[in-house]
Amino acid sequence: MIQLLTSAIAFGTIIMFGAMGEILIEKAGNLNLGIPGIMYLGGIGGLIASFFYELNGGTNPFVGILLSILCCMACAAVGGLIYAFLTITLRANQNVTGLTLTIFGGGVANFLGGSLNTIAGGVGQISVPITSAGFRWYAQTFAGENWFMRIFLQRGFMAFLAIVMALVLYYFMNRTRTGLNLRAVGENPGTADAAGINVTKYKYVANIVGAGISGLGGLFYTMDYIKGTWANDGTIEGLGWLAVALVIFASWRYLRVLFGSYLFGLVYWAYLYIPGLNRSTLELFKMLPYVVTLVVLIAVSLRKKRENQPPASLGLPYFREER
Amino acid sequence: MESNCAIKMEKITKRFGSVTANDGIDLELREGEILSLLGENGSGKTTLMNMLSGIYYPDEGQIYVHGKPVQIASPKDAFANGIGMIHQHFKLVDVFTATENIVLGLEGEGKFDLKKAGKKVEEICKRYGFDIKPDQKVYDMSVSQKQTVEIVKVLYRGADILILDEPTAVLTPQETDKLFAIMRNMKADGKSLIIITHKLHEVLDVSDRVAILRKGKYIGDVATKDADQQSLTDMMVGRSVSLNIDRPDPVDPRPRVVIHGLTAYDDLGVKRLDNVSFTINSGEILGVAGVAGSGQKELLETIAGLYPVASGTIVYNDPKTGKQVDLVGMDPMAIRKAGVAASFVPEDRLGMGLVSTMGMTGNMMLRSWRHGHSPFVERKEPEHLAQEIWHELEVVTPSTSFPVRRMSGGNVQKVLVGREIAQSPSLLMTAYAVRGLDINTSYTIYNLLTKEKMKGTAVVYVGEDLDVLLELCDRIVVLCGGQVSGVVDARTITKEEVGLLMTQHRKEA
Repeated sequence: MIQLLTSAIAFGTIIMFGAMGEILIEKAGNLNLGIPGIMYLGGIGGLIASFFYELNGGTNPFVGILLSILCCMACAAVGGLIYAFLTITLRANQNVTGLTLTIFGGGVANFLGGSLNTIAGGVGQISVPITSAGFRWYAQTFAGENWFMRIFLQRGFMAFLAIVMALVLYYFMNRTRTGLNLRAVGENPGTADAAGINVTKYKYVANIVGAGISGLGGLFYTMDYIKGTWANDGTIEGLGWLAVALVIFASWRYLRVLFGSYLFGLVYWAYLYIPGLNRSTLELFKMLPYVVTLVVLIAVSLRKKRENQPPASLGLPYFREER
Repeated sequence: MESNCAIKMEKITKRFGSVTANDGIDLELREGEILSLLGENGSGKTTLMNMLSGIYYPDEGQIYVHGKPVQIASPKDAFANGIGMIHQHFKLVDVFTATENIVLGLEGEGKFDLKKAGKKVEEICKRYGFDIKPDQKVYDMSVSQKQTVEIVKVLYRGADILILDEPTAVLTPQETDKLFAIMRNMKADGKSLIIITHKLHEVLDVSDRVAILRKGKYIGDVATKDADQQSLTDMMVGRSVSLNIDRPDPVDPRPRVVIHGLTAYDDLGVKRLDNVSFTINSGEILGVAGVAGSGQKELLETIAGLYPVASGTIVYNDPKTGKQVDLVGMDPMAIRKAGVAASFVPEDRLGMGLVSTMGMTGNMMLRSWRHGHSPFVERKEPEHLAQEIWHELEVVTPSTSFPVRRMSGGNVQKVLVGREIAQSPSLLMTAYAVRGLDINTSYTIYNLLTKEKMKGTAVVYVGEDLDVLLELCDRIVVLCGGQVSGVVDARTITKEEVGLLMTQHRKEA
């Protein structure tokens, strides 16, 4: 049971980062389906930074952490920038661009991960012990003391960073002028434009920052969950899609993401704890998070509340009417 | 500079590609006056005003505000100069409250405080007599309330020059009167206003002075007290235009479509049509009046077989065979197969009526692709029809294969109406057939409809301009909240009475 909860928190955190970034992006009216790719980019970016830091004799965990977070967000943000340029400036189809970004991000990350393996001397040989330990320092100290610590302190500081970030983003979105303006851009860019809001700037910033935040999900996976190595088994991609589903599940609200992510983590792992499953029924139970999302979608549609709808101009390009 | 000018525009020119939308325009708005800006569609009124509100930037010319030369490069600059524009299409975020919409885009100092902003909104409302609640969500508001939010928005920003782009297009006569009272209040408060409208009686009613544009050029101005409808129209069009719609008596009216107890719900389960019963006669034009969204669209679409009917009957009397057909539950194809010659000019011309990227010929083909026996479509017939419409209705287009999307609104409508009439329908339904069209084109459309009526066609005309409804139609069905609040004789009823019927239901509720 405790094992289930810790796994739920681990995967919940990854999904939460992904979903938080995606909400920021979708609130600006961009449906970025490239979140899995962005999380890949973030994960590999952070790993590369710490790998070369330690390869060149770096020993300070704080520097390692700082470098890997910066590099992770930068790489993910570049993914967001590519997407932003294609969909905002060139007005390319958002769905196609996003899906392509997912393929691109996964490819680049696995290619670079393979390169790191070669440098490190073989598959599974990548290791960044100092930085990775830094990401999990108290987790290592406390893990196993008692059930409370085993559940809540099993993971490093990024698990708490995610919670703080969700609260900060909630405040930003609902209580600040900039948040109001951003929501207006996603709902009705024409209105925002006429109100003197720089729509293009808002969209770009939201896409880049949002991608950076989503990228942290990939970083948490590589540095914390698999302890500083590279795995090209597609887990990040699966979690990336769950992040996109979580955004819908949470009806674009940060507080609901906070709870929804752990719920998703729980149902993701639930199949391991349901007795009597064989190989085929197991796969059925892996669908649970998506089923939950579907149920929520249906429930939300039935309630017909305007506030639970996606941003009105989600997925649509904006350009001032010109003759 | 004269100091009594709130706005002075000098030699303003704006081009879009090869089209000159505004050509060397000089315009003055005096302090504390209401100026009407009058012109046909495409005469450049909105473009000119957009340069004041910062949406466009003039290619040439200079703008002075209160005597000072200014550059207005963005909506922000316009606010900074005290200019606020109320757009024809409301620029509001539906899921936001009134206050949130009003403070949107403002760069305030210090902490973001919605409560304080709400109080200020309330104060403005009290001062001018607006009835909106700061916390009401926009999607819960009526059209006139939304407009009020727009006006409060510019007042909140401290605008003393207000531009209203066709503010009355969506209002009932009563709401219009209220708006005009508010405009006079604002004028008394020292604000200067520009109003763009097509409706001449409103121009005469509310403004102090009228400025007229024609084809991007400034024609002149005239004090309202020296003007009348005829003189204004002549200035606007550049030649004398007969303003009376010719209305011959109905030809041998017989029930063509009898609607009984029609009820329909939309996707969200909201009742859109509520026990609607009336008869459409052949040889007459039946007007349908109502505030926007009272069920007009749903009514026509149910008859055309495009909207699900919950209960009721729509019985069509075939003039050729004398047979009766109930259209409920049929789709458009089944309706046509049943021998019903119905034509429908929908509100959404480029969405439902025409394929915007195809040319005239392609669009004609939409009606005739089933003709002929070969596996290939027949191209000659639609090409002929396209040529005919092109010449007879004076459609301005380089060729019959030119995408209709790139034609002006009036020409698009001519193509659509032309095609529908060419089917020689026995039932012709039109929704907002003249929306967005200038006076000249509107009259072309009115004449076409009257011609159809004289042929014995049953014509349904859903309109928003009550003056036109009263002059064009024989009978008028008034809808209110999905119910029929009256079926009246257009020859004897007054505009005020129709206006009352349009809102009756709401007052009871």
